[in-house]
Formats: sequence, C-alpha cells, structure tokens
Amino acid sequence: MTNEELKIIISGIETTATFEEGGEWINVIIGADQWKDFAQKLRNTQGLDLDYLFCVTCVDWKTHLTMVYHFTSTIHRHTIVVKIKLDRSEPAIETVSDIWRTAELHEREAYDLFGVSFINHPDLRRLFLTDDWVGWPLRKDYEDPINMIKL
Amino acid sequence: MIEEIGTTAEGDLVINIGPQHPATHGVLHLVVTLNGETIKKIEPHLGYIHRSIEKMCESLSYRQFIYVTSRMDYLSSHINNHACAMCVEKGLQIEVPPRAQVIRVLMDELTRIASHELWWGAMAMDLGAFTPFFHAFRERETINDIMEETCGARLTMNYMVPGGVMADLHPNFQKRVKDFIALYKSKISEYDELVTGNIIFQGRMKDVGFLSKEDAISYGCTGPIARGSGVSCDIRKLYPYEVYGQVEFDEVLETRCDSFGRYLIRLREMQQSIRIIEQLIDNIPGGDFQAKTKAVLKLPKGEFYARAETARGELGVYIISEGGTTPYRIKFRSPGFSNLSALDHMARGGKIGDLVATMGTLDLVIPDIDR
Repeated sequence: MTNEELKIIISGIETTATFEEGGEWINVIIGADQWKDFAQKLRNTQGLDLDYLFCVTCVDWKTHLTMVYHFTSTIHRHTIVVKIKLDRSEPAIETVSDIWRTAELHEREAYDLFGVSFINHPDLRRLFLTDDWVGWPLRKDYEDPINMIKL
Repeated sequence: MIEEIGTTAEGDLVINIGPQHPATHGVLHLVVTLNGETIKKIEPHLGYIHRSIEKMCESLSYRQFIYVTSRMDYLSSHINNHACAMCVEKGLQIEVPPRAQVIRVLMDELTRIASHELWWGAMAMDLGAFTPFFHAFRERETINDIMEETCGARLTMNYMVPGGVMADLHPNFQKRVKDFIALYKSKISEYDELVTGNIIFQGRMKDVGFLSKEDAISYGCTGPIARGSGVSCDIRKLYPYEVYGQVEFDEVLETRCDSFGRYLIRLREMQQSIRIIEQLIDNIPGGDFQAKTKAVLKLPKGEFYARAETARGELGVYIISEGGTTPYRIKFRSPGFSNLSALDHMARGGKIGDLVATMGTLDLVIPDIDR
C-alpha cells in the first residue's frame, strides 16, 4: 500500500492524527491520550494489520521527549512510524505490551534509559541498570563523572 | 538479586541460571521459577555487559561510530558495520561502487557461515556432544583466516566504511574462498551424520521450545527463529540491498515451530550462503572499492533507517541527525534483544532440562542484547 493510501485509512480511524513528510516511511504524530485506542486500531483494522512492532525507542529533544514506534505489516508489507510527544518532567504513556508482546522488554529499556513510565506495564523495572541507579542515562543532560568519558 | 533466590510462598523453587553458566554463552542471568522440574517463569536480568553504545555513538563521528558496532554482535561484526555504513550512505546519498557491493555481500555471507558454524558446535556441546565443536571450528578457522588476510582481524573486522570497504581484497582471496567451498562441501555430510540424524539429539530437540507463527510475530522475532516458525522475514529477500536482488538463493522456511526446526534452518542457511558465494566469487567487478567521500561526513537534518540481515535476524540502525558531524540520537534495533523476549513464552511449561536446548536454538549473543 502506498503512503497516500495509508494516510487516508489512518485519518479515518483517528481524526486528530497529523502527518510528517520526508523519509521513506509515513510518520504519524498523535497525542499520548489517544495512543492506546489508536494502537488497538492499528493492529486490528483490516487493510492496516500492523502486527509486527520492530523498533521502539525514545528521543530526548531537550524540551520534550518523543516516543517512536516502527510498525510493519507482515501481510501487506507496509511500514509506518508513530511519534508521540511526551512531557519531559513527568513522561507517561500507556503500554502496548498487551497488543505486541515484544513491547514489554523494549518499554522497560525506554524506562531504564529515558525514564518514561508506561502505564499498566506488567513489570516496569530497570532493565540494564541496577535498581538503585539515579538518573536516566540516555537523556541529554545526564552527567556521570565516574563512568562517562567525554571526547 | 541474591535475596530473590529460595522458595516462594506457593512452594516453587527460584534458582539462578547464569551469569556464569556455560550454556548461556556469556553473561546472561536468568532467574527461573520452578515447580518441581517444570518451568513456571523465566525472568532475564540484563546489563552485565551493557556499555551504552548508543550514548557513546552520540559523541563519535560518522566514521568513528562504526567501529563500536563491531562489538555488539561480535559474530556478525561485518554485517553490523554494513548496516551502519548503509545508514550513513542513505543520509549522504552515496552510490557504492559495484566492486564494493560484491565484496560486502561476500563478506556478509562468509560471516553468516562462520557464525552458524560456531552456533552449531556450541549447540551440540550444550546438549552434551563435545566432538562437533571441533568439526565446526575446523571450517570456521578457515573463514577467520580468509578474513584476517583481507581485513586484518579475525573477530572485530571494522572493514566496511561509508562509501565502500576499507581496503581492497587480498590477492589470495578468491583462491582461498574457493578452497573453503570445496572443503565445506566435502564435510557437510559429516554434520548430518554426527548430529542431525542422532536419535538422542532429535529426541532432545523435537517438540521442545514451541513458538507459533503468531507469537513469533508478536514477540518481534526475526532471523532463523521466526523462519523456524514459518514467518517470512529475510531482509535480503524482502528489502534487497547491495547485490542481493541479483543473486539466486532461497529463503529457508520451516513450519515445525520447535527447536529442531530452528536447527534445520541454520544448517540449510549455510548452504544458501555457499550458493550466493559461488555465484559471486568469479564475478567480482573491477573498479574502485570505495566511493569518494569527504573527510568529514555531515548527515543532513533528518531521520534515516537502514536494516540488514545478520546471522541472528534483522538489525536496524536508526539515526536521527541534526545536521552535525555526530548523530543526535542513534538506536540499534538488535535481533537478539527481541528474540530473547520470546524465551519466557517458549520455555514456560517445559522442563528445566529442555531450557538449554531452547536457549541454544535462540543463538544468543549477549553483547548484542545488552549493547
């Protein structure tokens, strides 16, 4: 399916979604409040069938955080990218680990390194770092005088 | 983590497997809850070898960061470098010379064979057969020698750079690869005689670690694990890069969905890799091995995503550039990380003795998971 056709379907299921051009894939930007419903529809709408979540990550833009989800449909072979802007002081977003099981570990990684809390996540703990670690290492303002080597 | 070990209120036993355990092939720590011999839950504890490569890359230039990625999945270091180089090339819109494209594919496929060889030996060793390890290393060493001649390294190659490859092929390369193919073909029947047909081995592998097609997709599995469950996911076929669109090879699929299926996939994949090498080894085009690039690379503002098929599955490199000489943010979507998430589901309800077989067929490389 072409990006234009995808746009029409996505606008149909979520009217607040906006699109960003550039890049090979279509970027869908929506609010954190609509995310859970939208995710259900992405997975279950006929014609979209985005069943394979292959990349979950977060980006620190200094003023806000952005969650980035990459989806592909193993049936139709189209790919979309969903971006959700989050507040930097208290980032929170609904988990999608019940829709795509792979999200469970990926969301724990995002929590561990960026401090994004995933609402209703079954087991939200630090993944790589020890439980008593302070701070979110992949944020841009993170400082660690002992472990960090500045070039 | 020690205090978690013991008996739970329901009378279940909680034990540690790893981080120092020969079957985990590295510092993987699993906390396993057992009811008798039956596995009730597996929780991976990660981070023992986490170097925060993504953070490190934010302060390295587009030429430098590729070297760090050899240390992720060290058995597929060529392919890691390849994916990163492709992502930078995508941003700079560099056309890679045909010679470099063929060299890259040849190196990728040799790496894939070497990686699967090591897995095959280690897999048999996990299940108690020691000899296959030496058989596997006999062939693997030949590949490492070939690599050493051209790349100067045996494990962390750092051979692929933005625009092509770092140096031209060694004059002996073609001859030695042909020798290797002849050696490999004369030995391939040994693999089946030693291990595949072994009734004890089959008994331990068949119907163990079941993963359905739907679950494989939901858990984001790629590579031989997903293909063992019948999911078509070979990046080389679906999104051909370099010369993969021009060579003939099959995507190996199995519908057994168990450990034995995943075992068969890797054995057949090695033969497909040989097939690709045979088609290319006599047809390496002449010309430059590297495109002309600027000394300092600056990616335009934007987002770039490149993916490659490593020996373990789909490796994604996601670069966000702000127009500077270093990436603003870089994310590696590593195959091992997603594949590991399926382990709990695959082993649950099975016996503790089968866990090693299941874990073995996942072909985990821990630095790839921890990054």
